[in-house]
Amino acid sequence: MLLRHTSEKIQERKALTINPAKTCQPIGAMYAALGIHGCMPHSHGSQGCCSYHRSTLTRHYKEPVMSGTSSFTEGASVFGGQANLVQAIDNLFTIYDPQVIAVHTTCLSETIGDDIPQIVSKAKDSGKVPEGKHVIHCNTPSYVGSHVTGYANMVKAMVTYFAQNSGDKNETINLICGWVEPSDMREIKRLSQMLNTQIILFPDTSNVLDAPQTGKLQFYPKGGTTVDQLTKAGDSKYSIGLGKFSTEDAAKEMDSRCGVPFSVLDVPIGLSATDRFIMEMAKVTGNKIPDEITDERGRLVDMITDMQQYLYGKRVALWGDPDTIIPLTEFLVDLEMKPVYIVSGTPGKYFEKRITEIAGDRVEGLKVKGGSCADMFLMHQWIKNEPVDLLIGNTYGKYIARDEDIPLLRMGFPIMDRVGHSCFPRVGYNGSMRILEGILGCLMDRLDRDAPEESFELVM
Amino acid sequence: MKMTDIDILSDRKRQINKAGTEGLAMECEKHSLAGAVSQRACVFCGSRVVLYPVTDALHLIHGPIGCAAYTWDIRGALSSGPQLHRMSFSTDLREMDVIHGGENKLYKSLIELIDKYNPKAAFVYSTCVVGVIGDDVASVCARVKREKGIPVIAVHSEGFKGSKKDGYKAACDALLNLVGTLPVDTIPRLSVNILGDFNIAGESWIIKNYYEKMGIRVVSTITGDARVKDIMQAHGASLNIVQCSGSMTWLAQQMESNYGIPYIRASYFGIEDTAKALYDVADFFDDPELTDRARKLVRCEVEKVIPQIKRYSEALRGKKAAVYVGGAFKAFSLIKSLRMLNMDTVVVGSQTGNKSDYEVLKAMCNKGTIIVDDANTLELARFILEKDVDLFIGGVKERPIAYKLGVGFCDHNHERKIALAGFEGMVNFSREVFNTVTSPVWKFVPRRQTKKEVYFD
Repeated sequence: MLLRHTSEKIQERKALTINPAKTCQPIGAMYAALGIHGCMPHSHGSQGCCSYHRSTLTRHYKEPVMSGTSSFTEGASVFGGQANLVQAIDNLFTIYDPQVIAVHTTCLSETIGDDIPQIVSKAKDSGKVPEGKHVIHCNTPSYVGSHVTGYANMVKAMVTYFAQNSGDKNETINLICGWVEPSDMREIKRLSQMLNTQIILFPDTSNVLDAPQTGKLQFYPKGGTTVDQLTKAGDSKYSIGLGKFSTEDAAKEMDSRCGVPFSVLDVPIGLSATDRFIMEMAKVTGNKIPDEITDERGRLVDMITDMQQYLYGKRVALWGDPDTIIPLTEFLVDLEMKPVYIVSGTPGKYFEKRITEIAGDRVEGLKVKGGSCADMFLMHQWIKNEPVDLLIGNTYGKYIARDEDIPLLRMGFPIMDRVGHSCFPRVGYNGSMRILEGILGCLMDRLDRDAPEESFELVM
Repeated sequence: MKMTDIDILSDRKRQINKAGTEGLAMECEKHSLAGAVSQRACVFCGSRVVLYPVTDALHLIHGPIGCAAYTWDIRGALSSGPQLHRMSFSTDLREMDVIHGGENKLYKSLIELIDKYNPKAAFVYSTCVVGVIGDDVASVCARVKREKGIPVIAVHSEGFKGSKKDGYKAACDALLNLVGTLPVDTIPRLSVNILGDFNIAGESWIIKNYYEKMGIRVVSTITGDARVKDIMQAHGASLNIVQCSGSMTWLAQQMESNYGIPYIRASYFGIEDTAKALYDVADFFDDPELTDRARKLVRCEVEKVIPQIKRYSEALRGKKAAVYVGGAFKAFSLIKSLRMLNMDTVVVGSQTGNKSDYEVLKAMCNKGTIIVDDANTLELARFILEKDVDLFIGGVKERPIAYKLGVGFCDHNHERKIALAGFEGMVNFSREVFNTVTSPVWKFVPRRQTKKEVYFD
């Protein structure tokens, strides 16, 4: 078994990360950029970074992922990457014809100190950026933050580069979307439509990373927030950021640039977080909540009441991105489950504070850790000391699931060994029902598998 | 946009050629063009994938977290024993480390790890940022080696130092630190090292088994299912057999000059090449009994597999394939294997081929076959459509490109789950190609359905 290398004895580690529960900034920037229509992400650094990010996104979404790279060599890392980036911009516009090139840096280009805006203006001056096309950028050194921070930086760049206040405000609501799946973004749009609300959702990877089979390879699938929408977002009435870690910076930027007031909510995962999202939407628009949404909520509550007996007291371990884990923890607490162990490699004090707030006195023996050395190894050690009934997290949990014989519900990024995550939403009341279905499926399969002959039953 | 309207980047025109045409020599071994959306990776990637399957060694990645996270258990290199190589260890450098240097953190991490896991050796990979901030990785390694008494080897794999191929060389240099460090008195004359197979889906086991059946001792497998101790004794073998030429030729050359061990190239993909490899090894030892055993082995295996392949090859007659793989040597074997399945390779390319590789490809392919070096997504898609292929053979990033265009796909890289090497591998390969090419799903793909002129968006 792979993880027999894990020991029960927990020692304070200072330097070392083992089996990380995070990855680095640029992949987040790449994912966010794919949520702009007609956008080619571009990685300013060695070509390995770009290759790894493309491979990982490809494994998760099972879709072609395009991105340029500045293909740094030794020369570039000594003399700077200006020539490479100018050439890349030229080649990308000439051959791939994107509307937007979204440049993100890597640890290499950051360390040597390449100034992206300066290089881009150089490219503009020498006529490499065609009329009406855009180059945006964000800084994403891999030794700061995590993939979530990289996502947040690119989302903020969308505001910085595009949003304009024309002075002509309208009733539109900006929904700034945290790192969720294309299916989740589609679900958020559906809910907004039911709420009769005109929204601009950005970024929006639906119809980009879950494109239908048409027999064509579309470099720029029909989805994605358009540049026009991003520009007009500055005229919106209000912004709602979904996920503090991935959207708060962008929401603030929108306010300070264009005077759009904002609030930041949790990603609408689970009952309470979805309630808050729906209520907030109703509050800022003044619209009434339609019966259809109340019905969806009712169906979720109904399923919970029907199934309570299988849920209460069950111990759960969670890992992944803070914006997903926070509302998920709350949902589990609402279900009277016990989310006892929680790690997220993404640094940020707010995470531990918020989790403790949600779970604190309702979950005895809560262990939560974010940031440095909050990794899957630590999670495994906790579990070895006192096991749990269920694991919820990304693919990397499969080792623990196997070694400790605990059921795993896959949720988060990356999921490289199953499908469905990009097709079926986990946000909103319907999405929460899917989470609940997943949890119950895991627990009941387990009951069936382990039941002695005399207590194996048809009806559950 | 119509297919024919798509231009090849002008700087890349000479990296694309056709079999059966006279004229310009193929350009290759160039740095990838910035902004070309190359399918290639970096030096670190090359080192990491080559050293990955050394199963009882510690692999510590000195750098920011990404480099470790992306190479965590991605290779599918199976182990018959230790699993230490599948763990992901990182110094997870943060901003302050980049400013003040990461040597201290590296030292502490190494000590913590060695104390915890008692590995047989440790490889420490330098990443881009370490190269730039100038950490003296070698001296930290030397210190830990002194203190802990195991080989601690710096792998000079800063990403920007070139492409994946340069990482292979760095990996070989790291392995050379181990070779020749243990006594070899007990190793018989009939002995070999298997170089350049990485035991994906258990392929090294298949190959090793053939040699052992022939009565040849396999001293070390580098690096599929490798053990540090075996590598330390690798200089005791009489012959090196190199499969992945791109990655392991340097090691073989160095072992030849340092220890006088000759090497031959081999491939285990396809019946023809597998048989040839076994005969070549037998010929090398110039032992009639050994040759006889090789002949028997080949005959027995071929008799088993040919009838199984036949039913697939009948169904596949006339189908067209595109091949885009890392090393050119693999492409040669694939063309032959596809031929055995009555398929025609109409597009072939590699990420790391050299001039002579491309000359061989030009000579062995049918007239009109497109030959490409360091291709990008756009070109690959264009060639698939232009040649209307039925099958694409490539790696992870190529898979969805093929599928989106309604074309069957076979992974011949990290992500294969069934062994494609050796005689039984050929049966697996035939079955996989048959299943994907003849899958009913292609009937539902609009482009394949209508066979109308193809368009890009």
